[in-house]
Formats: sequence, C-alpha cells, structure tokens
Amino acid sequence: MSEHRLPEPDRPWLMRTYAGHSNAKRSNELYRRNLAKGQTGLSVAFDLPTQTGYDSDHELARGEVGKVGVAISHLGDMKALLDGIPLDEMNTSMTINATAAWLLALYVATGEETGVEPGKLSGTTQNDILKEYLSRGTYAFPPGPSMRLIADVVAYTVAHVPRWNPINVCSYHLQEAGATPVQEIAYSMANAIAVLDAVRERVDEALMPTVFGRISFFVNAGVRFVEEHAKLRAMSQLWDELGRERYGVEDPKLRRFRYGVQVNSLGLTEAQPENNVQRIVLEALAVTLGRSTRARAIQLPAWNEALGLPRPWDQQWSLRIQQVMAFESDLLEYPDLFEGSKVMEGLVSELVSGAREEMTRVTERGGAVEAVGYMKAALVDSHRSRVRRIEEGELTVVGINLFAETEESPLTADAEGGILVVDPAVEAEQIEALERWRAERDEDAARAALDELRRVAGAEDENIMPASIAAARAGVTTGEWAQALRDSFGDYRAPTGVGEAVAGGGEELDALREEVDRVSDALGRRLKVLVGKPGLDGHSNGAEQIAVRARDAGMEVVYEGIRLTPSQIAASALQEGVHVIGLSILSGSHRELIPAVMEALAGAGVEAPVVVGGIIPEADAAALRETGVAAVYTPKDFDLNRIMRDIVTLVAQHHGLAAAA
Amino acid sequence: MSEGSSGGDRSGEAASGADRSGEATSGADRSGEAASGAASAGGALSGADLGRRLRERDLPAAPAALNLVEARRPGGPEEVAALLREVSPAALGGEAPAHVVGITGPPGVGKSSLLSQLVAAWREGGRTVAVLAVDPTSRRSGGALLGDRARIAFDPSDRGVFLRSTAAGDTLGGLAASTRAAAQALAAAFDVVVIETVGVGQSETDVADAADTVAVVVQPGSGDVLQFLKAGIMEIPDVLVVTKADLGAIAESAVRDLRSALGALDARGVEVVAVSSISPARGIDELVAALDAHRDAVDVPARRLRARRRHALADFAAEHGERGLRALAGRREADRLLESLDPGLDVPALRAALEERADLPS
Repeated sequence: MSEHRLPEPDRPWLMRTYAGHSNAKRSNELYRRNLAKGQTGLSVAFDLPTQTGYDSDHELARGEVGKVGVAISHLGDMKALLDGIPLDEMNTSMTINATAAWLLALYVATGEETGVEPGKLSGTTQNDILKEYLSRGTYAFPPGPSMRLIADVVAYTVAHVPRWNPINVCSYHLQEAGATPVQEIAYSMANAIAVLDAVRERVDEALMPTVFGRISFFVNAGVRFVEEHAKLRAMSQLWDELGRERYGVEDPKLRRFRYGVQVNSLGLTEAQPENNVQRIVLEALAVTLGRSTRARAIQLPAWNEALGLPRPWDQQWSLRIQQVMAFESDLLEYPDLFEGSKVMEGLVSELVSGAREEMTRVTERGGAVEAVGYMKAALVDSHRSRVRRIEEGELTVVGINLFAETEESPLTADAEGGILVVDPAVEAEQIEALERWRAERDEDAARAALDELRRVAGAEDENIMPASIAAARAGVTTGEWAQALRDSFGDYRAPTGVGEAVAGGGEELDALREEVDRVSDALGRRLKVLVGKPGLDGHSNGAEQIAVRARDAGMEVVYEGIRLTPSQIAASALQEGVHVIGLSILSGSHRELIPAVMEALAGAGVEAPVVVGGIIPEADAAALRETGVAAVYTPKDFDLNRIMRDIVTLVAQHHGLAAAA
Repeated sequence: MSEGSSGGDRSGEAASGADRSGEATSGADRSGEAASGAASAGGALSGADLGRRLRERDLPAAPAALNLVEARRPGGPEEVAALLREVSPAALGGEAPAHVVGITGPPGVGKSSLLSQLVAAWREGGRTVAVLAVDPTSRRSGGALLGDRARIAFDPSDRGVFLRSTAAGDTLGGLAASTRAAAQALAAAFDVVVIETVGVGQSETDVADAADTVAVVVQPGSGDVLQFLKAGIMEIPDVLVVTKADLGAIAESAVRDLRSALGALDARGVEVVAVSSISPARGIDELVAALDAHRDAVDVPARRLRARRRHALADFAAEHGERGLRALAGRREADRLLESLDPGLDVPALRAALEERADLPS
C-alpha cells in the first residue's frame, strides 16, 4: 500500500440498464433476469403514452403502447412491474417527467401495499420538465404548472420519502440535442436554479440545505472523453458555488455534485454499429476515471441503439462493460487521477468561464423557464453546426466520414436485423386489460379521487402528491390523472426553435437554391414542404434539422412540431397546399403510424409524395415503400443536402418537370 | 370523409378528385399545379369555378383556390382575375359577408396562443374561420419557416376552420403578394377571415387596407407600441390587445398607459382589451365583442371600396411606374376615374380600367 493507492478499493457505482417494454409482467421478468446478472439498481423505461399522460386507448397512443418502454396505466400495473422485488432494498430510477408526480404516487402506493413505508423507499424520478421542452418532447402541461408539479414532488419527498432523489436535472438530453459542453453545463445549472427557486417558495427556508442536497443530475458523456471529464469537474465546481452563494448551504456534503449517467447516444452510428462498443467504453471512462467526480449510477446504451430497440442480450453486453471496468480493471483502487493536472485544471477553468457567460445570458432573459425559446434556438444551431462539421469532414466519425468501407456484419444478419421487435399484440392486450381494470374498480371512489385532484390542481398552495397517492389507491388511470390536470392547467406546445435558426450558406447550398428556384418557377409557386412528427415521439432533432436545411435551400417549410395525429397531418397538407411531405419517427412505431398517415392523406385527397426519416430497419423500409412512401432515410443518411436534392427531384418528377440539368 | 352526406362535403370530394386530375395532367401541360393545370387543360377547376364554389360557401374549395391565388405563372393572373370576379361585390350582390380581421404584433407577443383561443371562441359561436398566417421570408435563400401552424391549435376534423401559412416573399409591408386576393376569395365563403402578420410600426398600414378591423397585439412592459403611437409612427389600430393579463398589475398598468395615450391622441373610441391565453383563458369573449363592435360601427362597404381603389392604383403604379401615372394625368385624376367606376368591381377589374384609360397593355 502506498499513498498512490486507496487503503480499500472504492465500492462500485450503481449499475443499471434502462429497460422495460411491452407490459408490466414481461418487464418484471426482464428486471429479475437483469438483477440476477449482477445489475444493482433498476432503471425503468416507460412507454410514450405513460410519459405524456395518455391511456393506452387514447388516439395518440396508437402504435406506441409498450414500444419504447413499459405501459403503466394504474396501480395494478405498477404492482405487477415490481412483483417480487423488495422495495426497501431496491434503488429504482424512473425516467419520468411530465407525469413524475403520478408515477411516484403509484410507487408509494405499491410500497404501502407490500408493507414498505415511504420512508424506506429509495430511487429517483427524473422529473425535469425544461429539457422536455428543449429536447425530449414528453411534456404534458405548460411551464408554470409543470414547475409547480416538480416543486411539489421535491417538497413532498424531502418531508416523507427522504431517501428519494426527487429530480434528476438533465444535461443528458441537451447534449443529445446538440449542446456544446459549455451549453450543457450552463443550461442544466440554470435549470437547477429555476427548480430550486420554485421549491424555495413552497418549503420552509430552513429546509433549503436539505432540498439542495437532494438535487441530483443526469448527465451525458460523449466520445471526447477527456473534455467530457473536465465538463463534470466544472459542473461540480459550479454546483458547489451555487449551493454556498445562492442558497447558503453550509454543509459541504450537501453541496456535493451527485449525478447518474447514460453515455452518449447521439454519437452512436448505424453504419458499422459494432464500433459503438468502443465509443461506449471511452464514454464510460469519462464518468469513472476521476474519483472526485465519479458517477453514482451508470447505465450504458447498447451497441445497436441507432438500429432499433436493443434485445436483452445487447443490454447484457453493456452491463458486462460496466462489470469489467469495475471488477477486472484497477479503476477503483486509486485516489483522484487528475488532481494537480495542469491540463485538467486548464480545461475546467475554460469551461467554467464559458458556462458563466452563458448562464448570464439565460439570467438576462429572466431565467431558464422564460429563456426556453432562447436555449432551444441555441441548441438547434449547435446541432446544425455539428451536422455540418460531420458533412464537411471537420469532425471525424469512423465508419461514416472516414474508413467507411466494411465487411458484412454478422451481428445484424438475423431476420429482424439484430434488434428487438415488440409484439404488436401487446397494444390490444394492454387496452383490454385497461378496460377490465376500469370495469372492476369502485367507480365512485375513482370519480371522487379525480374531483379532489382537480380541486388541488386549482389550489396553487396545496401539494399535488397526497391527492395523487389517494387517486392511485382509488384505481385512477394514468390518462385520467393527466386529463384532470390538463383540465386545470391547459395544454401546451413548446417552441420549435427552428424559426430563429441562423441562415446557413455554402457552395453546395447555392447550387441547391438554384434548383429549388428553377423547380418553384416551373411549379408556379415556391416549393412548399410539410415536416411533421406523427405520434408521441418527441425526439425532434432530425425533423428540426430537415426543416432548417429546407428553408436554407429556399423552400417554404411548414413545421408543426411534435405529437401530431394522422388526421392533423392530412389536414395540414391539404390546407397548406404542400408539394411534398416529410415525416420523422424515432420511436419505432413507424410500422403502425406511417400507414395510418398515408391512409389519412389519401382520404383527404392529398397526392403530394411522402418521404420518411427515422430509426427504420431495412425490412420495414421496404414495407413502407409498398404503402406508397417515396423514400426512407435512416441515421446513416446524414447528408442533408443530398436529402434536399432528392426531395426537389421527387417533386419535379411528380409534376412531370424535367430533372436538373 | 365520413360526414360526406352534405352537399358541401361531397363537393369537397369533387375538389380533391379534380385536384388529383390536375396534378396528373400537369405533366402534359407543364403548368404544374391543380387549379390552372386543370383549367388550361379545359378541366372542371378553373378560377371561375373555384370562385363560384367559394361564393356558394363551399369551404373545401379553399385549398385549391389558394394554390391558384398564390401561383405566379404565365396565365395565372387571368385565372386569378376570373376567380376574384366571381367573388366580387358585383357577383355577390354586395360586399362579401366575412368579417376580415387583421391581427398584428411583434414576434413572441403571444399572437398564436391568442388566435387559438379566438378561433375556438368563434367556432363556439357557430362562425366558420379562415386564418392567413404570414411569416417573413429569408432574404438570403428565399426560403421560409412557416411556424404558426404549430402554435395555433384546432381540431383537424373541423371543416369550419381553415389555416394557411404564407411566406411574405420580397414584398414590404408584412403581407404576401397574394394575401389580399386570398382574403378576398375566402371572405366570400367564411364568416371570419383573419390575416395574421408579424411586426409593429410598418405592417399595419398594409393590413389595414386588407382588413375591416385591425387588432394590434402587445405585451405588457414593452414600451415600443406606446412610443410609436405617441410619435405617430404607427397608425392608430381599431382594437388594442394586451396579452399576458395573468401578469396582473403589470398588464393592468399597460392597459392604463395605452388608454391614456389614446385619450391624448383623441382616439378614446379604440378599445383596449387585456387577454390571457394561459388556462383559465381570460378576456377572449370581450375581445370577440370588441372586434364585432368595431365592425358594426365602421362603414365596411366604404372602407373596402376605398381599399380596393387604393390597391388598384398601387398595383397599376407598381406595374407601370411614374410613366403610367403620367399617362393617367396624375394620381388625383386616377382617383377621380376610380370613383366614377362601378363600386362592385374588384381590384383586377379596376386596374384594367386604369390601364385602358392610360392606353397601356395589362
């Protein structure tokens, strides 16, 4: 033993796998298998209807039930999900935001029914709404009431579920939306300030240090892992300052920057997907290498995320990466590796000062809630510049813009292309079970609980949690809970950020504009394109980049944002008189939703050609073309200018115009 | 088309059917799109047909009519003129029935949320609504992002609402070249036609010419409008709307400031309405009433006639320049000529009369 080594190796971080699909029963089986393999915590993935507050039988839920996660509609589902898992020993992280208060209510009620009191529960609700407006799209209510719900969950758990992390302030999704490290730091800190300020109005000032100590972060780590590690040290430094200076937290332990992590998905490629394994390992080093800023919980994506939903075997591979790092390597045997490193200190101070400047800009706009539009536009711009740098080869992505030649991969050779396909029967089963649940519950009790919920929603000084837990016990469903709140709070659509995006340029774009001008002249009016996202999937990066590029290419772009029904898309296409329609879906529900849109378009008499982009396996692409889709683009088609040229050619052909000279 | 039993709905099917054949024939005649493609091929969907259908308040004709009105191809203007002739006061036997409402204000002020609420209120009152949302165009690329559709909420299955986004193009004044014609066409078929534009200070003059009632939307705490009003940079709107009434005292003081400025300008009759689009929405019914009250108070036929004459002369001047005006012996003489013509004529017909007098080809 020496001073270079720790007397005892550190305990490893919590190891999780972001998992859940189909229904509660099947997900429970998956969790038990994962725990048996050495996973130490749960990370529950909910399906999009559950995340956005719709029951499985809602129109918008079509094609999404059980798809990107498990459908949890009521207390019975939550009990089945956690069946046989001792809640007083388990640490459960739930990726749930708009409906976090509700899922926590179901969790608390499940604990009560299995004899575990709230004080013994531990886990995390993601419960971060601002990044939903900025990036992920699973919001349900307007900003004001959403911040109140967050504050309610924080205030409730600090008093009644003290081991719970009521919010994970997410920088993760900001990076996925294109944030630079400086933006990631600044916007997540600004977000945390907005949350803390909202909570401050709802709890006793003396409780604020405890509240501060319960706030944790959910961060991202990209493949530039040295800078990424510096980013975490910078966040740690800023958080400590914030606690001391803004919230008067004396106890340094309560000012510790605590974070969980899921490493980068944005940088994972569809081409040569096996390369993603090395990327994931390097990214995991960014959050484990330095002891002073090591992640407390880690979940790693699977190598095939850019292809579709990972199978249990794919997820096992990612768990084993963590286990090799923690149990085979000597990573956990040393004090902080970077203490005293000039390079690291330099990087950190660079990031801290950049982040401070950006935080000032957010403050000047009235804080994170008011500045959502500003931050969104900034992210769309950053992402656009990232895409451009990859296109122009400034940013190397092996297998994409360098060393693209490859042998046939045996990993994707099976019939489904190496991914998990959710049984389409799940949706019907889930709806049937939901109807049974509604029929068998005490209807009067459920109605009364909903009335009480509506009353509390309207009474701003009351906490939403007790009424939500009572509603959980009374058999209320996810959609009913959210609808009661929608009735009181109103609906909301977040800013798209595309209108403010800076205009792009370049030689290639000039040539493209000429072609757009030529075709527009021949058409008689400017080429008009509708960009839409059907279904509940809120990952709008791709659609936003297409919309901005189409504008820069000289087209008129109708961009409607996320969460559209097929009939909305058809009505827009008809009323707007568009020449071409671009649809984007990343949730894997293209099999159901695209044909539904095609049908609605035909019903409305719209003849404009349709192109589709998303995470779409080749087998599905062929099926989509058969329903009349003119072209399908997947993540490997990163060349936006080429897609634009294709679209112009498609419109020209559709109208019998001569192709480009 | 599940409710396809009504006459209007059935002709909707006809429209889309013809649309299809228009697209199909366009390959042969290279003219591109539905309406005029079919028209030049001798099909059923000429400008005159579309105009007649709008006159019969056949709402599903709206998309094809706008495709035509927005077109700028050779042969287009005649078809547009034919369409407008069918919805001119002469053809209608009076002014078009719609209330044409201009809604304008700076970006981010909450126009779209306000419109969502207004559309819902008008629909609840049984009125059909068409919205023409005009967005700025990028000078660099000629492209445009038409974002309003994302923010104005309405039920897609409701055929009583029609929303069309247009790029302003390179015209000044906030209106797309086609907006006036589009509003005129839709005014024959819908109960309310909204023209939504972005800006303060310049654009409302243009909107004022196209609308019966102009509402300028401002948010509390922004002093621009107050300054512009006082300095006479902007014309006095018909109705002033202050958004974000949920801000309470700030909104109230904004309303007070605007009222006292209007008082000083001797425009006490202009209503100032505070609204909140955040749930629970406030002030929307009052705004609907204020817009209606303005329309009832103003001489709509005179206002529209004046606007048509101004447009005709502006179009003429844009096309033929100072030389053309000299051929008419000056603006005053041109005004006299216009005043002598049938008040039921539409803009293209008035312009044609000017050209005839000046002995210029149209």
